[in-house]
Amino acid sequence: MPLYLDDDQTTLRDTAREFIADKAPVSHLRALRDAEDPTGFSRDLWRDFAEMGFTGMMVGEEHGGLGLGHVEAGVVLEEIGRNLSPSPFLSTAVAAVAALKGTGAADRWLPGIAAGETVAALAIDEGAKHRERVECRAERDGNGFRLSGTKRFVAHGHVADFLLVSARTAGGPDDRDGITLFAVPRDTADLVAEAERLADASITARVTFDNIRLDADAVVGEVDAGAAPLDRLLRAGRTGTAAELVGVGAGAMDMTMGYLKERRQFGTVIGSYQALQHRAAHLYSEMEVARAAVLKAQQLLDASSPLADEAVSVAKAQAALATALSVQEGIQMHGGIGMTDEYDIGFYMKRHRVLAELFGDANFHADRLARLAGY
Amino acid sequence: MTDLDTFRSETRAWLESNCPPEMRKPVRSDKDVCWGGRRYDPAANPPQAAWLKAMGERGWTVPDWPTTYGGGGLSPAETKVLREEMRSLGARNPLNSFGISMLGPALLKYGTEEQKLEYLPPIARGEIRWCQGYSEPNAGSDLASLAASAEDAGDHYVVNGQKVWTSYADKADWIFCLVRTSKESKQGGISFVLFDMESEGVSTKPILLISGYSPFCETFMDGVKVPKRQRIHDENKGWDVAKYLLGHEREMISGMGLGGQGENPLIAGAIATVGLDADGHLADPLLRAQIAQFEVRARAFGAMSERFIDELKAGRAHPAQPSMMKYYGTELNKGRHELIMAAGGSDALEWESEASGGGAAPRAWLRTKANSIEGGTSEVQLNIIAKRILELPGA
Repeated sequence: MPLYLDDDQTTLRDTAREFIADKAPVSHLRALRDAEDPTGFSRDLWRDFAEMGFTGMMVGEEHGGLGLGHVEAGVVLEEIGRNLSPSPFLSTAVAAVAALKGTGAADRWLPGIAAGETVAALAIDEGAKHRERVECRAERDGNGFRLSGTKRFVAHGHVADFLLVSARTAGGPDDRDGITLFAVPRDTADLVAEAERLADASITARVTFDNIRLDADAVVGEVDAGAAPLDRLLRAGRTGTAAELVGVGAGAMDMTMGYLKERRQFGTVIGSYQALQHRAAHLYSEMEVARAAVLKAQQLLDASSPLADEAVSVAKAQAALATALSVQEGIQMHGGIGMTDEYDIGFYMKRHRVLAELFGDANFHADRLARLAGY
Repeated sequence: MTDLDTFRSETRAWLESNCPPEMRKPVRSDKDVCWGGRRYDPAANPPQAAWLKAMGERGWTVPDWPTTYGGGGLSPAETKVLREEMRSLGARNPLNSFGISMLGPALLKYGTEEQKLEYLPPIARGEIRWCQGYSEPNAGSDLASLAASAEDAGDHYVVNGQKVWTSYADKADWIFCLVRTSKESKQGGISFVLFDMESEGVSTKPILLISGYSPFCETFMDGVKVPKRQRIHDENKGWDVAKYLLGHEREMISGMGLGGQGENPLIAGAIATVGLDADGHLADPLLRAQIAQFEVRARAFGAMSERFIDELKAGRAHPAQPSMMKYYGTELNKGRHELIMAAGGSDALEWESEASGGGAAPRAWLRTKANSIEGGTSEVQLNIIAKRILELPGA
């Protein structure tokens, strides 16, 4: 398979680009923020996504979806990134769907996701930095479980219909065996989700489970073998975040290149100065490399290749690094106007910072690659 | 099974039975590389000669060239499968050649049918080794200011002048060379000619580099007669050929960013000198972090190279994209060798010892410093990206 978008994927990109730029441009994010909207995204927009087939694009046809893969989801995510559109698409339509697919919980949740009626949140992180350890505990209680612990950085956790929660049912914090993944309805008694607004105006939740009661059917996959659906969730989440980052980086770069061709100082457009041209050309190179790494990871995931695991970490790390450069150069090259809230480039910088952290930052993934390579 | 699956299994089987075991070991130095040419001695390395012959007969030294010109006639997808299968076997490139990577593509695009039939098959079989006469003492980054002159003498030109940085000119059989046929216009006065290095009036002088090796020469042309039928494309249109060929040269040089095949020498070297701690981590945590961060970029560039080749074969690559590949790949390769030196410590400083392979590491490190100069400096590539891809205005 060649490493570029095929004709169908290119058509999808054109459709998504036009649709998202029209329905959810940066002004949409700004309006939600200025209105102090407590949800963090627009439910109307989510229904529009469903009508376009986006919410169910990775859901199988038997559950009302389109049965497409990570490459297609990435195409939509890049446009979400480019427009900074607040959306539960990554958590719900990509990561949650990847985790639920093929499990006994699929029938319960996937049709609602495809229909745009159900929003999922991912309750994975336990500390301020993403790690691969799971300390949250679920103890057997009759037919069901009692869940205790705290999860953080749960995007849309305060409004989602259900949460995917990784918890330990056996073994020690770093063991791969003994993890169980649960799909927990948010209206479960005693589940507390406190909303936190972040630097980029998005809202995530700190979710506390104080010995809450779960039915046996909350289990996703098998008890003690939740590492498998959790791996699918993390790979989809990391690759999807990388795709969204590439969109953020591309959007910031486009703005910056536009500004370089328009802003005049010392009697000429500043884009004619070699000092800026070389930095712009270097930025372009880093972004191109990131885009290729992300597409490679998506294709390998869709092919269920054993090489996908490492490719995902390469993609997440490179996308975070390249986009960091894009937003930092973006503000610097915009000069003073880039520091103003009125101008959009600052929104790109803030969004990058959040996505760079999500599911492991560049150092986390570089370290992970080193461990996998035996050093 | 699709046709491509069939091709893959047949290719794998053929490679298994035809690639000698010695040719499946990583290339350690330039001595392991086959360059072919008139002075190539098959008896010096029989497995290498057998591998070249087997691949050459199938046209697989140039798998995507038409069979008429000695190629394999493979489609882009088949070529990719062949490369993948060679990589998974660890098979060495059977033939390294500027004829394949640079002149061939230019001849395929600009040569006459007669020229293609005359020059391409010997390139494919590794019979003629080519060198490139581009840079001059006063024409480096500003290549189009070149002065070596070709005077019209009826059916031939008389060439006078000097070239510099001619890679392996002392080992090459023929040269493809840029000469000035008109002073009326800078870029529009250049022609692209080919001639035999044994022609009367050609002499070469190796240049000793900081690596202690002499891969480059000065090439002197003193009244060299070059028949006009050895000119490629029209008179004074040589700059078009030169630019097209430079794209291919940049593509080739960018491949250095990928590192070699098989075991990663940077990681293996670091483990050998620094060792692993109880957690299985490199015992020098800062070096480990530097290597890990480097590997992210190197592997991401691996994906970029795959994408670039796929887009190139499909005619989808931006014409200036080779500049990006050249810039990124060469800067990455310099970074890799800095880390190899840091990981190797004083072992990597030995210049002559047998254990160091005659100073393989430091000499390779020094050689990489030219990567971002030859074929157009990094700064020239950034200029090209800024102007042709980002469409930023000229100063």
